[in-house]
Amino acid sequence: MTTEKKGWKEIPIAGVCWRPTTDYLTGDWRTFKPVRDKEKCNRCLMCHVFCPDGAITWNSETEDIGFNYDYCKGCGICKNECPQEAIEMVLE
Amino acid sequence: MAITKQNLRALNGDEAVAYAVKQSDVDVVAAYPITPQTIIVERFSEYVHNGEVNTEFVCTESEHSALSMSLAASATGARVFTASASAGLALMHEILYVTSGCRAPVVMAIANRALSAPINIHCDHSDSMVERDAGWIQIYVENSQEAYDSTLQAFRIAEHSDLLLPTMVMLDAFFLSHTLESVNILADETVRKFVGTRKIPLIRGHGGKLVPFKLDPENPITMGPLDLHDYYFEHKRQQEEAMQRASGIIKEIHDEYARISGRKYGNGLIEPYRLEDAEIATVCLGSTAGTTKTVVDQLRSKGIKAGLLRLRTYRPYPVEDIINALENVKAIAVMDRSHSFGAQGGPVFHEIRHVLYDASIHPPVVNYIYGLGGRDMPQSLIHEIYKDLQKILETKRVEKPVQFIGVRE
Amino acid sequence: MASKWKFTIKDFAKKPETFMSGHRACAGCGPAIAYRQVLKAARGPIIATNATGCMEVVSTIYPYTAWGIPWIHTAFENVAANASGIETALKALKKKGQLKYDHVDVIAFAGDGGTYDIGIQALSGAAERGHDFLYVLYDNEAYMNTGIQRSGGTPHGAWTTTSPAGRVIPGKVEYKKPIADIMVAHDIPYVATASIAYWLDLVRKARRGLEAEGPAFLHALAPCPRGWRYDTSKTVEIARSAVETCVFPLWEAVDGEYALSAPSKVIALKPERKKPVKEYLKVQGRFRHLFTPEFEHVIDEIQQIIDKRWKRLLKRCGMT
Repeated sequence: MTTEKKGWKEIPIAGVCWRPTTDYLTGDWRTFKPVRDKEKCNRCLMCHVFCPDGAITWNSETEDIGFNYDYCKGCGICKNECPQEAIEMVLE
Repeated sequence: MAITKQNLRALNGDEAVAYAVKQSDVDVVAAYPITPQTIIVERFSEYVHNGEVNTEFVCTESEHSALSMSLAASATGARVFTASASAGLALMHEILYVTSGCRAPVVMAIANRALSAPINIHCDHSDSMVERDAGWIQIYVENSQEAYDSTLQAFRIAEHSDLLLPTMVMLDAFFLSHTLESVNILADETVRKFVGTRKIPLIRGHGGKLVPFKLDPENPITMGPLDLHDYYFEHKRQQEEAMQRASGIIKEIHDEYARISGRKYGNGLIEPYRLEDAEIATVCLGSTAGTTKTVVDQLRSKGIKAGLLRLRTYRPYPVEDIINALENVKAIAVMDRSHSFGAQGGPVFHEIRHVLYDASIHPPVVNYIYGLGGRDMPQSLIHEIYKDLQKILETKRVEKPVQFIGVRE
Repeated sequence: MASKWKFTIKDFAKKPETFMSGHRACAGCGPAIAYRQVLKAARGPIIATNATGCMEVVSTIYPYTAWGIPWIHTAFENVAANASGIETALKALKKKGQLKYDHVDVIAFAGDGGTYDIGIQALSGAAERGHDFLYVLYDNEAYMNTGIQRSGGTPHGAWTTTSPAGRVIPGKVEYKKPIADIMVAHDIPYVATASIAYWLDLVRKARRGLEAEGPAFLHALAPCPRGWRYDTSKTVEIARSAVETCVFPLWEAVDGEYALSAPSKVIALKPERKKPVKEYLKVQGRFRHLFTPEFEHVIDEIQQIIDKRWKRLLKRCGMT
């Protein structure tokens, strides 16, 4: 995740950023991991709407949600908001 | 290129600047009035309201917002201009650093005025001197003609793809800003050709690909991020690198302008006056140089080898040029129209001494703080300075390295 | 002036995230939710600018950026001036035929820090000048990024590090500045309050703000687990409770005409649904000190001010 630091001659001027945060995997921050019961889940997408990190994505082809554990920080909002109580926070 | 046709107009310094901005196809002017810069914005707003310019003119609610707006507009790809002075410039202080850090080519005119308290609307250089560390190119002009010429050059300097540093052009409050002079104005077409349109350079964004260095939805970039201790130093080093390139570029643009206008100001960085064989010389900035030239002529007619060094470009500091110019002078007096309290002399004095420290010659250098708050600097006082220099030359002794001249005891 | 824009949750989910994952906001960050929701309301190309604060810092730690749209940050108090500058530049370039877009939405994001206090001058100036932009205030009710210091948006009685719950003075003495009402008084085309818990209401309001021709102001309540002292999973729940207790009623003012939004309207129509403020306060550690015999009178003070402002709002909405 960390790279060797570049010198002033190599980086763009004016502090313009040159890496997307998607390169930075915040998934290793979490202690608890959301696990979904696919039976209970009715694909209401509340979890997707309320995830601060956009770590719950919608796949329109499979018509299902997916948890992106690369970024999930384990805050538990998805579990708290799920109307079907389909998500459990599991100690990793 | 031949000297182009020009028209003579009666303009004061502020009007000359406004006229230069009028001719330069500026996209956005966001400004806040403050004496003695008010005429710049007033005149410009007349041009806008009369449909004479295709510029968006915004009267902001403060100078801080004026510069913030200018910076953001510049980042969006517009050519921008703003102006201020004194307390207004002080209010912008934070954003001055941000503007140069973001490498936005903002051009700003400063009508040098004293800082409060007590409040004073008249000329001194405290307002822009205190900003010399901010990473802006600083040019001090001697008369309204030079104010006009330098404003035009400033757009080219700031926007130069090897520079991308904001530029401020300083003119003395009232002595220049409000005093009518004959100013030679270039034809609109000539200015259009000289200043051109703003070209946006390329920069590597966050795909790693080269994209135009501006806020554009087609090629998004992020400007003004948070630097931790691991990268801030490198970014500042880059700014200094740009400053190092600035001297050459300022000279080039100055020379190009000299070809079309017939007017030179020394080499663009410094303007030596009768210094080649001078034994005693003064160093100063701004309109005082004009008065001093008259004094030098009077001394020369009496056979005294006097000279003057006017610093035109203050940032980047023209180290080599100063050393060369002052090489053979035997006693130097630096005239500072600003002061750094408790610092044993004014800023120009400090920097001249600093530059000469590494030179092969070390003539005595003394300091005269003068003209604060618009206190007039007449020829008589300048004559006194030269008399002091002569005494130093004869006695080889300096009584007081730093003096205040023109203040009532 | 109601927008004809239809937006379903599937539309929300299908839109790409312009505020990318991998940003370093705390787990359970309310403002991050607000950002994701607001940006989904975009119509076309956007240029965003941010004031200094939590979201600016977490989204752009050099060399990383979470921003898939052009974005600039300059200082703390001037985001409205930034937005003014961007909007003016776009106008100038368009007039000269140098802009390839028909319209670009300009969004200014700022926290309560950069809005209520230090940022209000620039905001007021931009509103007076009528620039066409949307100002999104993500209100986490303190200067969170610098360590939870009080702001003009901190509510009465709340603990912050500069208004601590001491033995003599229990938290913040002053009351929350009614910033959205101040913006309505500027006579701008659109002002609205929103809560991240009512996502569709928030997104619709962001869209209306973007569609408004002139300045638009969106005040979004975005709870902060670190500053408000609650478990990270409760962010949305607390944002909902704020509306249910009328601590943060939802309304919009189109050309100065106030109208309650559905979640608050149901309470106005059925007052028995209005929950006591105690319910909202007791789940937050920043109000814990009020649940003592010595300072429980502050809870009454809070209830009184909430009721007073709610009544005033109802009057403005023509629903006494």
